[in-house]
Amino acid sequence: MSQENEVETTGHVWDGDLQEYNNPLPRWWIWGFYASVAFAIVYWFIYPSWPVAGHFLTGFDTVTYVNNKGEKKTVHWNSRAELMANMNQYAAKQKPYFDKIAATPFKKIKADPGLNDFIASSGRTLFADNCAACHQAGGQGKIGFAPNLTDDDWLHGGTYKAIQQSIVNGREGVMPAKGLDPNMTDKQATALANYVLSLSGEPHDATLVAQGSALFHGAAGCFSCHGANAKGNQLIGSANLTDKIWLWASSPGAQTKAAKVEAVKQVILTGINDPNSIHKGVMPAWKGRLSGEQIKVLTAYVHDTLGGGE
Amino acid sequence: MFKFTHDTIERNVGLMIVLMMLAISIGGMVEIIPLFFIKGTVEPVKGVRPYTPLEQLGRDIYVKDGCYLCHSQMIRPFRDEELRYGHYSLAAESQYDHPFQWGSKRTGPDLARVGKKYSNEWQVQHLIAPRSMVPESVMPNFPWLLTTPLDYSDIKDKMRALRDVGVPYSATKAEYERNVKKFGPKVAEMLKISDAEKNIIWQVKHGFNGVPGDYDGNPNNITEMDALVAYLQVLGTMVNFNKYDNDQFVQYR
Repeated sequence: MSQENEVETTGHVWDGDLQEYNNPLPRWWIWGFYASVAFAIVYWFIYPSWPVAGHFLTGFDTVTYVNNKGEKKTVHWNSRAELMANMNQYAAKQKPYFDKIAATPFKKIKADPGLNDFIASSGRTLFADNCAACHQAGGQGKIGFAPNLTDDDWLHGGTYKAIQQSIVNGREGVMPAKGLDPNMTDKQATALANYVLSLSGEPHDATLVAQGSALFHGAAGCFSCHGANAKGNQLIGSANLTDKIWLWASSPGAQTKAAKVEAVKQVILTGINDPNSIHKGVMPAWKGRLSGEQIKVLTAYVHDTLGGGE
Repeated sequence: MFKFTHDTIERNVGLMIVLMMLAISIGGMVEIIPLFFIKGTVEPVKGVRPYTPLEQLGRDIYVKDGCYLCHSQMIRPFRDEELRYGHYSLAAESQYDHPFQWGSKRTGPDLARVGKKYSNEWQVQHLIAPRSMVPESVMPNFPWLLTTPLDYSDIKDKMRALRDVGVPYSATKAEYERNVKKFGPKVAEMLKISDAEKNIIWQVKHGFNGVPGDYDGNPNNITEMDALVAYLQVLGTMVNFNKYDNDQFVQYR
């Protein structure tokens, strides 16, 4: 009750007797407020702050960094310069490794346990960020999408050089629908599919193999890319049809003979990246996105760590 | 004589609302308005162009289906973001975005530079069933994109509206010529409001921006998938950063 006599009221009186106290703010709050004002003023002097005549006060704090041309620059503090300095700092830590990798031929990288560890850990991150979306986390690939990188079957070659080329420039698989025979009938495609399955010892209808083989080596023109022995050609990226490794026709997934024939037949009839059908089998080029050293790390990772290299 | 006091404000609700709104917006105004007068807020950079009509419709689907709830389009200048996503986003790169898709809340990855990172086929499969490509993904399936025909009946109205807020789509010959000078003839053709429908059909057939057409894998129809994938494939690809020093854009901040 004593407060009534000490504290001022706001001066309003409602309904004849209703009044409101006008208590001052607590002292700690007032001082906190003044302290933050003082902090702001100091902050303006250190960091970029007020706009002035088309530019802004830049503040006294500076950041020093080195750009890609090797020029050392000192500029007023800003987040982009800070990033440059930060990148410099970590690049310096990684430099001994990357320099060594750039200077070391692939075979020696493989033989060097220290570099091998670096490849395994940095390659793993690069692979997860960039490659795993299609080739999956362990490089096991995805049927109907992206090839398995851990096996010994390579469309465009599994040497260091070929893998590096694939990453740098990307790849685009091409197979014309119905081969070179635009008038191919459904029955002919079935015969071809049976022949193709026979090449790798998959279940097939033996009575159709002769007809399929004639088409393969004749009118359908399959031999011109896949070779007369059907073993494929890595120079043009045509698949080896004599092994049991499938990328487009999900043959291992197809349980029955009929399903296997159907899967292979579909690939023959629609082709891969045929101008008139579905666009698939495209690996993007990474040269613009990844540095030369990063690509070298990835190449070594795919070849050695994932273990499919030739 | 009229004396302006606290009492005047408290007894005048309309005045109080106006003054309250003014007080609340001071912080925003102090931070935002000066940016309009600082040169270099929008960095001078080559390559940034308005979206083609198909990409713009894809963008509308992106917004309509709420992609922005999980995906931002703003790579911040931090080392971890640069390593994962690429060069930090420039203000210039979203100068034709209405509304922009900046943000810092990411349930999915940032998409500011997703363009050309994956093939059309990957994007389609991933949108239909994300977990078939990325097993640990929590993204919902968007299978209807592939079966929903793209409604582009109102594209001209949309382009006119964007033109009203400053996007240089061309409605006149003079504006077209200006676009030829600014963006080159190929892009200028795409920005003609009068040819919008024709350009949508053309782009689905032939592709654009170095990305092959027939985005959804079905050449016979134009679906929402075509538009959305066309949009995703252009994100972050307009500026060629290899042409600039890696500290080119430091000077503007």
